Amino acid sequence: MAKAAKTKAAEASVERRPALAGRTLSAPGVKVEMLAPAERISLRAPQASLAALSKALDVTLPAQPKSSAAKDGRTALWLGPDEWLIIDEAGNDPLADCAKVTALHSAVGISHRNVGISVAGPAAAVTVNSGCPQDLSLEAFPVGAASRTILGKSEIVLLRTAEDSFRVECWRSFSDYVFTLLSEAASDAAN
Amino acid sequence: MNAMFRISGAGRLSQAKTASFTFDDKSYIGIEGDTLASALLANGVHLVGRSFKYHRPRGVLSAGAEEPNALVQIVRDDARKTPNVRATVQELYDGLTAHSQNRWPSLAFDVGAVNDVASPLFSAGFYYKTFMWPKSAWKNLYEPKIRAAAGLGVSPDQPDPDHYASRYAHCEVLVLGGGAAGIAAALAAAETGVRVILADEQAEFGGSLRFESGARIDDQDGYAWAQGAIAKLKAMDNVRVLSRTTAFGYYAQNFVGLVERVSDHLKNPGHDLARERLWQVRAGRVVIATGAIERHMVFANNDRPGVMLASAARTYLNHFGVAVGRNVGVYTANDSAYAAAIDLKKAGVNIAAIVDLRDNPAGPAIDEARALGIEINFGRAVVSAGGKLRVSSMTVQPKNGGGGRTIPVDAILMSAGWTPSVHLFSQSRGKVAFNDETKRFVPGTYAQDCVSVGACNGTDGLDATVDEAYAAGAKAAKEAGGKAGKGAKPKVDAGESWSRGMLGAAPGAGPGTTVKAFVDFQNDVTAKDIRQAVHEGMRSIEHVKRFTTNGMATDQGKTSNMHGLAIAADELGKPIPQVGLTTFRAPYTPVTFGSIVGHARGALFDPTRRTATHGWAASQGAVFEDVGHWKRAWYFPRAGEDMHAAVNRECVTVRKVGGLFDASTLGKIEVVGPDAAKFMELLYTNPWEKLETGRCRYGIMLREDGFIYDDGVVGRLAPDRFHVTTTTGGAPRVMNHMEDYLQTEFPHLNVWLTSITEQWAVIAVQGPKSRDIIAPLVEGIDMSDEAMPHMSVREGKICGVPTRLFRMSFTGERGFEVNVPADYGEAVWEALWAEGQKHGATAYGTETMHVLRAEKGYIIVGQDTDGTVTPNDAGLDWAVGKKKTDFVGIRGLTRPDLVAKGRKQLVGLKTKDPKVVLEEGAQIVTDPKQPIPMKMIGHVTSSYWSENCGRSIALALVAGGRDRMGETLYVPMPNGTIEVEITGMVFVDEKGERLNG
Repeated sequence: MAKAAKTKAAEASVERRPALAGRTLSAPGVKVEMLAPAERISLRAPQASLAALSKALDVTLPAQPKSSAAKDGRTALWLGPDEWLIIDEAGNDPLADCAKVTALHSAVGISHRNVGISVAGPAAAVTVNSGCPQDLSLEAFPVGAASRTILGKSEIVLLRTAEDSFRVECWRSFSDYVFTLLSEAASDAAN
Repeated sequence: MNAMFRISGAGRLSQAKTASFTFDDKSYIGIEGDTLASALLANGVHLVGRSFKYHRPRGVLSAGAEEPNALVQIVRDDARKTPNVRATVQELYDGLTAHSQNRWPSLAFDVGAVNDVASPLFSAGFYYKTFMWPKSAWKNLYEPKIRAAAGLGVSPDQPDPDHYASRYAHCEVLVLGGGAAGIAAALAAAETGVRVILADEQAEFGGSLRFESGARIDDQDGYAWAQGAIAKLKAMDNVRVLSRTTAFGYYAQNFVGLVERVSDHLKNPGHDLARERLWQVRAGRVVIATGAIERHMVFANNDRPGVMLASAARTYLNHFGVAVGRNVGVYTANDSAYAAAIDLKKAGVNIAAIVDLRDNPAGPAIDEARALGIEINFGRAVVSAGGKLRVSSMTVQPKNGGGGRTIPVDAILMSAGWTPSVHLFSQSRGKVAFNDETKRFVPGTYAQDCVSVGACNGTDGLDATVDEAYAAGAKAAKEAGGKAGKGAKPKVDAGESWSRGMLGAAPGAGPGTTVKAFVDFQNDVTAKDIRQAVHEGMRSIEHVKRFTTNGMATDQGKTSNMHGLAIAADELGKPIPQVGLTTFRAPYTPVTFGSIVGHARGALFDPTRRTATHGWAASQGAVFEDVGHWKRAWYFPRAGEDMHAAVNRECVTVRKVGGLFDASTLGKIEVVGPDAAKFMELLYTNPWEKLETGRCRYGIMLREDGFIYDDGVVGRLAPDRFHVTTTTGGAPRVMNHMEDYLQTEFPHLNVWLTSITEQWAVIAVQGPKSRDIIAPLVEGIDMSDEAMPHMSVREGKICGVPTRLFRMSFTGERGFEVNVPADYGEAVWEALWAEGQKHGATAYGTETMHVLRAEKGYIIVGQDTDGTVTPNDAGLDWAVGKKKTDFVGIRGLTRPDLVAKGRKQLVGLKTKDPKVVLEEGAQIVTDPKQPIPMKMIGHVTSSYWSENCGRSIALALVAGGRDRMGETLYVPMPNGTIEVEITGMVFVDEKGERLNG
């Protein structure tokens, strides 16, 4: 079966100013930094549509709670029985890919709603655990695990990208709070 | 240089490492590893504080967290002045500065001690009785005086410069308490490979092994074994060992709060280190190994400095190498004080006498004491301690009365027995059971997945304790998923065992006596006070506790609860279990506010949300206001303008030319699916099925009761896609409300909701020139009135960026709202601003937005409505679909009181004097001359100066308002009554022609 060709994201002509662009913080054992802009959609769909959507997105939508699937820079995070967050870091547009699908679904563009923050290093889990009550051991939250959860007083989506690396997604206007909290936590994490 | 009472060769501290410190400005030398208490005792200082109520001189009672007396203020600098620090817990560091508390002018001479003489005034319940009359004196005299005199330490008067960390953690087995029991349990659990956290409040692990000289485990001294075991545990990847960490609260589902004191023991902590770290641990199983606390004997003047618990004296000797006196008396009702006497005697301290309440006790401890030549008196009681600032003697009598003799001593060690520390078990909602034989409460019925081991479980003897704890640790780990462990159980070669003792007042302090025999040292409660509470009618221990304040101090009655209970039971003639035990509540020991607050202070107190154009607005000198978590531009003052002038200019400019406003904070929800219109029909009062794609409608959302919940403009982007807007404050709850109904009432609908509030930056461009400002930047959208009439929405591009362009107005002028992806918001704003400048447009803030909408009578939900306003009340009946058969709130709207005459209706108000601006919230009456309280028929909801109208304008909710047009009503205010006339709600362009102007 031929692979569905992914649609390139459109390019804009005025300056894009992502929230907290370029902000980084290094502490012993952990680095916190803003991630580059990415294409994102919130995908809602019933079971019957998953095959068609998986094909169009060229990534198999995961069915297990707290899990994700990734392929060629595109990650699908399970957020609920009928809800996925699709993040594309390769410059392709998942919204356009879903537009071709006739099966029942809702795809809404949220590329600018969310920002991504990387927390990486041996003390990354401890840093996130300063505000997130989840069990982040590798047994309970392995590489690829994903969860909509909280960090302090903000909602986040947490994705473990490697044993010592997390992607924290939050809404744009909460990014200052989330980044600052992660920064303070990072400074205590290696102690 | 050794301090006077430091015994060379005794204790475990290295005497080479000294640390100097001051107490009440006097310098002393201690050694590293000391607590402040041990260092003071080494220097012969027993007087460390004054009591709470009677200002009696007090010394060190204990060597641990249960300390009720030795509370001091530790001062690091101007901002760091920590009150009520237990000297028995505070570790010494070089340069430590401590002050005694609750005394004036000095610790040795304290004027407040007059309370001790005047004590009949301050007996139990004195708060409720003495100061009742005359009534006014309470407020003006008694309360201020009591407040000034009450409290122990002095609160810091500057913001706390320290920072506090917090951490969530998970483990299969959490062990609370690091004595022999806790260590054995942790070893057993750790060997199975599961995650184990072991926490203890002390700086070093070992618990009672610190003083139990007779303990030997695995062929070593007990304390040395403990250190070896801890080193082994620390080396294991699956174990986290937390010292200086108090488990203070046991919550639901094995959620335990611990606070770790990270830097209070350091000379120069530096700012990198948090002062404390809060651990919130979720554990599969909890092993409680919190030990037991020794009780004091209740006899006259048992609070004199130098009178202390036998185990404390033993700790000071065996761990810190400090003798608490040179000529020591012992008063006991069980065996454990003998060990203290023996250890001290062997260290060269004279034991004046052991006084034992028991008639003919026997056992190895007694034999050994006797063999050492110590005088032992059976069946006798210490009926009084002599001395004032330091104990000087003890008066000994046969316990059944008879002639006494006075023995000179400089310290009295006492032991009434041991109370199992069931605090955390009780906090876990477990039920304690009273063991009648041993006279103690021990864990009975468990409510959570936890187990108590060792002394806190009423298990006596080191051998039995280690057996029980090791088995419990292994079982807990297995239940939590651990593999079979390969380790060997620690072998107890020798240990000590004590139980029994006595509860309540000792002879000489019993019924009929009025001596000051203290039960609760910290709250100055005596045996007599407890009996008095019973005499005055208190029957439940909960009432006795509150009437006497027994156990209500910061030590929560760790030493006093059982004595108080026994005295009350005795007085009531009931068995102890029938009188009951007071409930243990968190925190186990006082917890700082800082550790609870953690990171949540300053910028992290609460999220501060900023829009994409915040930086631009700030650079233009905007003044911001808080709207929920958002910072919104309030107004944009130019040089020399105050708020009034700026808002007037902004209001006039928008209607004359145009203005730019950041509306990004309005909630936005994308409603998508084949049943989207059906869903909208059910959630809003308006009809939606027939709304054409590309058109917009103002929608009203009700609660089930028929009252207005939210409103906003909704655009239909496609047959199956709506772009819904909500109020700023309503954004999260409207989303939840819709999701709630979708999941519970209308799950059959194929529709999904996605919050897009933050996806789109929204720039409102309003005013006669609005189209001229936008049009040059837009591609692919025909903006003519014919192609894009008022209340329509188009998708296209602006500045090369995708836009959802709404034609809508919250000002009454021709207007647009430009939605662009948020990261482009500021750049597009700047482009629109440059276009606007060509026409003389202004940027405007929320204040101008409020004025302009009020000039048009547009309501703000939550300001002009208050949760009791129907669409009809608000004059919005036109927005309720008359042919609709169902929507949320449709039945509520037909309730008799919602259709009754005379309901408050929204109307306009004009003051007779156009210069007078009404106060929002002001009440409205028909007759200002009626007697107070007047009948209020409504209130002002919105009120502004309108530069466009050249007068003040207001909106108000007035009973039967729409039938009162032209009527004169009155607004009584403190400075006089204001005359107003009822008008329509539209003050500008009543016909609405300017929407296309």
